[in-house]
Amino acid sequence: MKTPKFAFNLYTFYRDGFKNMTVGKTLWLIIFIKLFIMFVVLRIFFFPNYLNSNFNSEEGKSNHVRQALIENSN
Amino acid sequence: MDLLDVTLVNWSRAQFAMTAMYHWLFVPLTLGLGVIMCVMESLYVKTGNEAWKKATQFWMTLFGVNFAIGVATGIILEFQFGTNWSNYSWFVGDIFGAPLAIEAIFAFFMEATFISIMFFGWNKVGKKFHLASTWLTVFGATLSALWILVANAWMQYPVGMEFNPDTVRNEMIDFWSILLSPVAINKFLHTVLSGWVMGALFVTGVSAWFLLKKRQVDFALKSMMVGAIFGIVSSLLVAFTGDGSAYNVTQRQPMKLAAMEGLYEGKAGAGLVAFGILNPNKKSYNDNENPYLFKIEIPYMLSMLGFRDINAFVPGIKNVIDGGYPTPNGSVPLSFAEKQTRGKAAIQSLANYQLAVTAKDTAAATLHKAQLKANYDQFGYGYLESPEKLIPNVPTVFYSFHIMVILGMYFILLFSLLVYTSYKKKIETSNWLLKASLWSIPLGYIAGELGWAVAEVGRQPWAIQDVLPLQAAISSISSDSVKITFFLFLILFTALLVAEIRIMLNQIKKGPEEA
Repeated sequence: MKTPKFAFNLYTFYRDGFKNMTVGKTLWLIIFIKLFIMFVVLRIFFFPNYLNSNFNSEEGKSNHVRQALIENSN
Repeated sequence: MDLLDVTLVNWSRAQFAMTAMYHWLFVPLTLGLGVIMCVMESLYVKTGNEAWKKATQFWMTLFGVNFAIGVATGIILEFQFGTNWSNYSWFVGDIFGAPLAIEAIFAFFMEATFISIMFFGWNKVGKKFHLASTWLTVFGATLSALWILVANAWMQYPVGMEFNPDTVRNEMIDFWSILLSPVAINKFLHTVLSGWVMGALFVTGVSAWFLLKKRQVDFALKSMMVGAIFGIVSSLLVAFTGDGSAYNVTQRQPMKLAAMEGLYEGKAGAGLVAFGILNPNKKSYNDNENPYLFKIEIPYMLSMLGFRDINAFVPGIKNVIDGGYPTPNGSVPLSFAEKQTRGKAAIQSLANYQLAVTAKDTAAATLHKAQLKANYDQFGYGYLESPEKLIPNVPTVFYSFHIMVILGMYFILLFSLLVYTSYKKKIETSNWLLKASLWSIPLGYIAGELGWAVAEVGRQPWAIQDVLPLQAAISSISSDSVKITFFLFLILFTALLVAEIRIMLNQIKKGPEEA
């Protein structure tokens, strides 16, 4: 069957590629650390979406922004 | 505006500027070095010469280092939209959402798919398929740049939208006018080409290092020739599209153009300041201080470049504030005072519309909606207390613009000399030129960052030109939280930059023999 052979070839392509990396291993480690810091630490603890965190509905968000735009005017 | 709000706005601006500038340290090299390695691999496939394969693999390794360190640094900017700039994010969500979604789905997956073949596929897939994968990886990266730049261009020249007072959002009504806006097209070309110049500076500079060390001479000579030719073509095109950028700015952001030139009092047949030193005692747009301590001006050139008419009137800062100056199409620009009145009327109409909707007064709601629509193009002026608020930081914009242009001219000269001496087979003994080439690498980064300073500092006070100033765009959060995340980002990005430089230098020192 062609599909399993293709899938196996694809798997070995990536497996061998990652296995034979040299500087790539260091780079992937940096990528994983960076993404962990960004998406797990920073995103969750320091960068909550302000509107999603404070309002449950689209109407609530639009009301808030409307009030902010009106009240901030000169 | 009280001190706390100013502190919050300024820390939020500083954080976005800092993270954007770090992001822009990685992107240009990806764009430019990517195309150069595509050219080299194309030469390999065409000629069968293994030397081109060796060169391609070396530059591809450096491309990979830069790509890996830089990947996802742009996502930090999107985090800030949602946290620090929530009013802005909601206000423009329908406009920004489409380009950024297309970028993520299409461009990213193209890069992610073909980059693996590019790195893992040597000797495993056919030469032409591998070459196509390399080109498609770089095409994907360039496509990513397109959508981000379309979004930024919309901030400078908002088109193709209609404001919905019920949802308080700008809704996209014409996708093609946003994608094909003259500002978007020119910004995309100019920015990508500046990345190509950066790639060329990097390749010629690193090649120069090999020649100075008398290592891998054949590889270095080949890379130098490709990099120098690519560089001269790119830098000439950057100058051409830079002219286009300035033309667009003249038409649509006259205050930015005035700041770029330090032009306070407009004139017909205005000259272009080729070199100038601003007067630090010039504190106000309507004092009597001379704006310059010294300048060298090219007569009529600003009118020519800005309006393609040597006698055209180019408005200065004072003219943009006072309005009523002559324009090529005969329209009469409003004064700041008039725009402020209309802006306040638009904001009041928004409030009145909501009251009418709540009271189920359909007739009043229709009337206020129409008044809002009639004044919407000046909406943002209702937030500005005084005409001084309209003026961006003139020294920052002026010097950024002029230093960037001077560097651009220098790059054309540098690449010309590199092409000439390479062609004459004198480059190996031109130590002074090789050293200049090596030390020009950081100048490319500086020029790129200065270009963004012109674009974004020159855009102030606007988040969206004429429609939304920064102080209305901000979230109601504590400035302390912004300060904390500012320093967290500074630490993270500095660590990434140090890692990149160390790994890159290590790979360069190894040279193509170990690529």
